[in-house]
Amino acid sequence: MSKVKSEYLINRKDNQYEVVIGLEVHAQVTSESKLFSTSSTKFGAEPNTQVSLVDAAFPGMLPVINEFCVKQAIKTGIGLNAKINNRSVFDRKNYFYADLPQGYQISQFKDPIVGEGKVILDMPEGQKEIGIERLHLEQDAGKSIHDLDPQSTYVDLNRSGVALMEIVSKPDLRSPDEVSAYIKKLRSIMRYLGTCDGNMQEGSLRADVNVSVRAKGSKDLGTRCEIKNVNSIKFMQMAIDYEANRQVDLIEEGKSIDQETRLFDTRKNETRSMRSKEDAHDYRYFPDPDLLPLEVSNEFINKLKSEIPELPDDKKKRFIKDFKVSPYEANILVSDIDTAKYFEEVVTKMGKNKDIKLAVNWITGELFAVLNNKNLEISQSPISSKNLAILVNLIKNGTISGKIAKTVFELMMDGDKDPQKIVEEKGLKQQSDPKALEALIDKIINDNRQKAIEYKQGKEKLFGFFVGQAMKASGGKANPQLINEILKKKL
Amino acid sequence: MSDITKQSLSELVKNIKEKKLSSKEVTKAFIDRSEKSKELNAYISEDYSSALEKAKKFDEKPNLDLKLPGIPMAVKDLFCTKNIRTTAGSKILNNFVPTYESTVTQNIWNEGAILLGKLNCDEFAMGSSNETSFFGNVQNPIDKNLVPGGSSGGSASAVAGQLTPITIGTDTGGSIRQPASFTGIVGLKPTYGSCSRYGIVAFASSLDQAGPMAQNVKDCALLQEIISTYDSKDSTSVDFKRNEYSKDLTKNIKGKKIGIPKEYRVDGMPKEIEELWQKGIQYAKDCGAEIIDITLPHTSYALPAYYIVAPAEASSNLARYDGVKYGFRAQGENLIDMYEKTRSEGFGAEVQRRIMIGTYVLSSGYYDAYYLKAQRVRKLIKNDFDEVYKKVDAILTPSTPSSAFKIGEKKDDPVSMYLNDIFTVPVNLAGLPGISIPAGHDLKGYPLGLQIIGKAFDEQNILNIAYAMEEKIGFKNKINDWWIK
Amino acid sequence: MSIDLKTIKHISKLSRISVDDQKAEKLAGDLNSIFKFIEKLNELNTDKVKPLTSVAETTLKLRHDEVKSKDIRNEIIKNSPQDNEDYFVVPKVIE
Ligand SMILES: [Mg+2]
Ligand SMILES: [Zn+2]
Repeated sequence: MSKVKSEYLINRKDNQYEVVIGLEVHAQVTSESKLFSTSSTKFGAEPNTQVSLVDAAFPGMLPVINEFCVKQAIKTGIGLNAKINNRSVFDRKNYFYADLPQGYQISQFKDPIVGEGKVILDMPEGQKEIGIERLHLEQDAGKSIHDLDPQSTYVDLNRSGVALMEIVSKPDLRSPDEVSAYIKKLRSIMRYLGTCDGNMQEGSLRADVNVSVRAKGSKDLGTRCEIKNVNSIKFMQMAIDYEANRQVDLIEEGKSIDQETRLFDTRKNETRSMRSKEDAHDYRYFPDPDLLPLEVSNEFINKLKSEIPELPDDKKKRFIKDFKVSPYEANILVSDIDTAKYFEEVVTKMGKNKDIKLAVNWITGELFAVLNNKNLEISQSPISSKNLAILVNLIKNGTISGKIAKTVFELMMDGDKDPQKIVEEKGLKQQSDPKALEALIDKIINDNRQKAIEYKQGKEKLFGFFVGQAMKASGGKANPQLINEILKKKL
Repeated sequence: MSDITKQSLSELVKNIKEKKLSSKEVTKAFIDRSEKSKELNAYISEDYSSALEKAKKFDEKPNLDLKLPGIPMAVKDLFCTKNIRTTAGSKILNNFVPTYESTVTQNIWNEGAILLGKLNCDEFAMGSSNETSFFGNVQNPIDKNLVPGGSSGGSASAVAGQLTPITIGTDTGGSIRQPASFTGIVGLKPTYGSCSRYGIVAFASSLDQAGPMAQNVKDCALLQEIISTYDSKDSTSVDFKRNEYSKDLTKNIKGKKIGIPKEYRVDGMPKEIEELWQKGIQYAKDCGAEIIDITLPHTSYALPAYYIVAPAEASSNLARYDGVKYGFRAQGENLIDMYEKTRSEGFGAEVQRRIMIGTYVLSSGYYDAYYLKAQRVRKLIKNDFDEVYKKVDAILTPSTPSSAFKIGEKKDDPVSMYLNDIFTVPVNLAGLPGISIPAGHDLKGYPLGLQIIGKAFDEQNILNIAYAMEEKIGFKNKINDWWIK
Repeated sequence: MSIDLKTIKHISKLSRISVDDQKAEKLAGDLNSIFKFIEKLNELNTDKVKPLTSVAETTLKLRHDEVKSKDIRNEIIKNSPQDNEDYFVVPKVIE
């Protein structure tokens, strides 16, 4: 494969700049109840109906930690090849905001639960390692709604206290494409682990993006700006592009860059300063005296290690080795856990005499197209893995042609019908009886005597015409290979 | 019986169990005396009619197996009580009615006690004289215009003035023991983690602890046995085997080693306090205890460390009072304006002062120099005690460096006010149990207390020592009911 | 060390307590005398001492992941100074 250059550089007159990006991803932990309270985490509930006295910070209420959330964070750490810390500490991050009922967020500052790790990105020019600085557990805030009333802000605390994992990368990312690949990889790993559903529309995955620029080849880091709370990959890429160019322009004009927090305006596609946040930037972190240090033993960690499923990188290796798929195909198949699961089910259900290559084509071709069109996840696929396996087998054993298979596929979508039954009911079975086909072809040659002569005189293109006529006459059911053989013999 | 309110808890329980008194009679007696005692300003909220209702109900179907059968009692207004206004002595919670009950008070009601009302205290328990309450200062029954101490001043005044047979307070730096000492009653601050903090308005989470206040050691032991339970709703609650403190109470303390720390002999301490201490030492000896001179070298650093740690935690704990979810809200043009006005008008001067101190010591650039330093000093103080407890079973000190002072006397001098807690604060920093028992009077006839400090979770031992000494001391409070016309 | 008015104003901003000049003067005086008293800690060299954050002699207990709280919106919202039955309502936030 030829190397595609994905290098992202900003050019101005004689200068070339590269962009340095670090991400603080906030991933909502998949759990039934909140990090420090027993209220539900379900998405989409009526406002303030999933709020306990603890979440609303009533006087005298105290946090009690959810064991499952701790396990989820550790599992994610293992998935990021990271060091799990036996002792971590919860701190209070103090600031005032309408949707922060305690007046502080319980987070981990000096001693996070997970330390350094790494993830591997598959970029067009090869693999790239991105360092993970840390992962820590913290509470989510509530939601402030500014547009329901001209004078007031409305506050919904349903999300208040939901567990988040903040995953901080090293400043190893160099382009919007790498950021996209990184987010997708994190999402993929966490979905494999079941630790975060990765649903960006519902806000389960959001990121603060730290952007700085520097002259290409320089080793120093420039002044960075943090773009807060971006909740789609597309917006992250647009924000980075805008922000990097803004910073380069400032440098080119000989101006300095202020280290500040910025907001990405999705309507104007630009970032702007959030000055109001600046004066309250002193968070006065200190260990939360309502909680003790969190201690986890090596046995506890090892038990979780033993529960870790096969992760995308390993699965990819196995697919290539066992199923002989290409690295490119393997990437597509493993990137989403549900796709990988579907694919493996198809493989299993195809039985002994299977054509994996054909199955991959059908999944990544026809099936993906349908899902895309209908905006469905593969877990919601209108065609089950079992029936897709049957369909691929029908092609493989010559019962139907690839062309007929497309018709069958269309029909299958109505209620996940068994393709075998469709073939029988509609009489779509391939005609492979040589005698019948010979008779059919004799008739066609007879009806097109002139064209047969032209073909014999050397107009070879007409062979296709006869194939087409034969297929048409058979209602598309004729075995194309046989048609070819017979025609060659008869013409 | 006309002298119901003079009876100790143990006597009342006995009389109710033997059906010599009904809960209603007892409840009514304490309500009547409370009504006549408004001048003490011990109550913030009264709940008399429903108390009588509950007493009547109790009498109809008395469960005499309970430890507090139909016993009325008022509690410090720092404990959240379901459907009863809970203010923490602050304007900012003036109209706050919890829909939940603190674990400690729930334990008490579960044993048959009946709530009379909520007792005055320093605002958010910040004070040593009960002068910082939004609901006005509390009078000490000992003498007019005398502070009862703080922050559980209403509680101390109510027990000493016999408005309630027993009560509970909270102690962050001495808030049970100092007012107990100022009013001539017994007050116990249990080991940190012994009583649940769930449902108690927080002041400084790593120091706060609820505890009993009573007229005598035995009543105190009984109440401690009721309020001390493991609670999974408080992550700092400790699951240890708890004694039946009142049942296991003994005056036999022969051979107990009691330490006398030389550092508690502070500069400027009145002669009467030194004499009281010497008397206490003699009493302990008379009880058969062995007296050992000890050293707690970092004692003088406890108060400065406390005035970093406690305000730091308080500045964060009190951030939730922002006018959004409950309590007082001042009108503001925008959110920040609303916050600033609400907190400026809703909190009193001392609370604001401590929030400022706490914010400052945690702020960037000062954290290491103040907060972290204080935590390290706290470790040294704990080490001092750990070291000493290899040699002794308990420590005996005065409870306070002086007797009760006049209302207004120290109000404008925060540091001299803070010095009140010089003997009690180290105990909180180290998380140990400490009990104050009345041990004598100064020349003005004001009570003076002695403090017995124990090992962690060794409440039984200090209760026993206090019990034995109490008998030898034979303290009688000099109260002439001056406030009853 | 001395705490000046600028510092007082800064802390008051952080703690969201409005402070006018007169109050700031008073606070500066009080805080300076308190910090003078606190400075006593500087006599101690604590470089080798591990800070003590909690005296609770226990380890952090973990609870099971179970939803126990129900919808108590009415209870939660009824204490708030201003609401609209569904939400807590605060004066407009200016970003
Ligand atoms: Mg961030
Ligand atoms: Zn975060």
